[in-house]
Amino acid sequence: MSIEIAGVGKRFGDFVALDNVTVSIPSGRLTALLGPSGGGKSTLLRIIAGLERADTGRVEIEGIDATDLPPQKRNVGFVFQHYAAFKHMSVRRNVAFGLQIRKRPKDEIAERVDELLKLVHLQQFADRLPAQLSGGQRQRMALARALAIKPTVLLLDEPFGALDAKVRKELRDWLRRLHDEVEVTTVFVTHDQEEALEVADEIVVINDGRIEQIGSPDDLYDRPANDFVMRFLGPVTQLGDHLVRPHDLQISTTPAGPDDVAGQVSRITRIGFEIRIDVTTATGQAVIVTLTRNEFLALGLDVGTTVHLRITPGSPTTPAGPVPAEVPLEVATSSH
Amino acid sequence: MTSATVDSGRPAGNRRPARSAVSGHPLTRVSGLGLGVAMLWFSLLVLIPLAAVIAVAGSEGWSGFWEAITAEQTLASIELTVFTSIGVTLVNVVMGTLIAWVLVRDRFFGKRVLEVLVDIPFALPTIVAGLVLLSLYGPNSPLGIDIANTRTAVFVAFLFVTLPFIVRTVQPVLAEIDQDVEEAAASLGASRFTIFWKVILPSLTPAITAGAALSFARGVSEYGSLVLLSGNLPMRTEVTSVRIFSSIENDHLENAAAVATVLLVISFAVIVILDVIQRRTVRRG
Repeated sequence: MSIEIAGVGKRFGDFVALDNVTVSIPSGRLTALLGPSGGGKSTLLRIIAGLERADTGRVEIEGIDATDLPPQKRNVGFVFQHYAAFKHMSVRRNVAFGLQIRKRPKDEIAERVDELLKLVHLQQFADRLPAQLSGGQRQRMALARALAIKPTVLLLDEPFGALDAKVRKELRDWLRRLHDEVEVTTVFVTHDQEEALEVADEIVVINDGRIEQIGSPDDLYDRPANDFVMRFLGPVTQLGDHLVRPHDLQISTTPAGPDDVAGQVSRITRIGFEIRIDVTTATGQAVIVTLTRNEFLALGLDVGTTVHLRITPGSPTTPAGPVPAEVPLEVATSSH
Repeated sequence: MTSATVDSGRPAGNRRPARSAVSGHPLTRVSGLGLGVAMLWFSLLVLIPLAAVIAVAGSEGWSGFWEAITAEQTLASIELTVFTSIGVTLVNVVMGTLIAWVLVRDRFFGKRVLEVLVDIPFALPTIVAGLVLLSLYGPNSPLGIDIANTRTAVFVAFLFVTLPFIVRTVQPVLAEIDQDVEEAAASLGASRFTIFWKVILPSLTPAITAGAALSFARGVSEYGSLVLLSGNLPMRTEVTSVRIFSSIENDHLENAAAVATVLLVISFAVIVILDVIQRRTVRRG
């Protein structure tokens, strides 16, 4: 295990940012710290980097106790949301900075910088100032700068948060490919579950200063540990006392079993390739079911049709807790 | 002169060469009128008076001008004024940056009071400053420090009136530097000193040079604050502004204008040099 975090706690005044967090982050993998804003994920990343000191607990990086090491001695690469470019230096000098600090020979620096600029596709911009680059290019420069020192771990704090949707998607794919090429242990913070599911090998879900669940994207999606993770990682709807994914509900016009819940179709919405059916049950509960177009046509549903609902056997459900303020149902369902 | 320096100096930190080439539009009727008003205003207040000074300075011919500025007493006053202004400006570069740093980065009791106090040399009529300095460092000094009639008096007076310039130009720029940038440098292995020297200071250079230009210009032009304490001894503590004043009193208007012209040239040269330094540091790399 590459990064061991044991019993780490951190307060800012009365606010508990992290509450006794223990987690192991595997070597050579791409790990996402996922959670709503203010949940403590950035604080944890900054504690790993040494930019913040934990009040309690230990941090170990590749077997070395880093708890009391200053950021300079940790050999971590850190990428900030807003690039943190050295504005008065050219792209080349930005990337070379860490190596110059380490007093490497000139030709070694030049060679390594050229190599990295090529890796991030910025060769032709080497002599520009950061202000002359786009946001996406600046972030790639920041990444090259962080990688230049051959860091033990690469930490990225909401790296694509300041970019527009299209560039964000491009950079996300690109980060995944880059990681497969460079294979440095990488931890990135995001509040975007789609980003985490798409890019990460492993996801650590953090909320309210605590870890909710650790696992692969499949684990989290298919076997959520609690209703928070269930809500945060995909669309959910509630049937009876169970939270369930709308595509894991079966719908039919005739009852198929004793546990079926009867209701009436109140609305039918077509969203691209899928159909969303709003059903109001006899007890007044509003349930959402999603169907493929073919399923929908085979059923011949219309507004007002009486239908019967049941949860597909074996699909993930969690007991419905109170709806947390940070993740209203709307947000979770609209991500589909 | 001073306001022009602030304008060109402050935003230079994020000046984008690529853009400045295309900024500005062809003149429309309204903007033409605006330009006309601006030029007229500038001419009335700056260009015409400056031209008049130079014209008066040349009224006795080149030899008259040369004689006036190479007179031993005049040369001594120019030397004193220019070197003291340079020295004071160098001190301000260090102390002004330090004070700005403390005001921006540290939280302490009485910070708001200090914020206001820094501006006092701006706000105080210079002759009042002179009076303060005379009573504090004059023959009847309660501190037992008597620097009256010495060159030190000139230096101290300059220090007093030029204190705010670099503090006030550096402070807003320093406040805007992202903590991120320093943290990035730290995680790349830079020590606190290296971070200051390689990352923060270059970002401050445009502001420091702008403040230095203001400080120098103010030093060269200072009169009120030192006239009481320095004693105005010819060849020793007489600065150019005093020299100009006494030339006028003795009815040598052309001599006064000649000295004024020299000051003008020196100030202009210093401002150009500082601007070049600033561009160099911004573009470096």
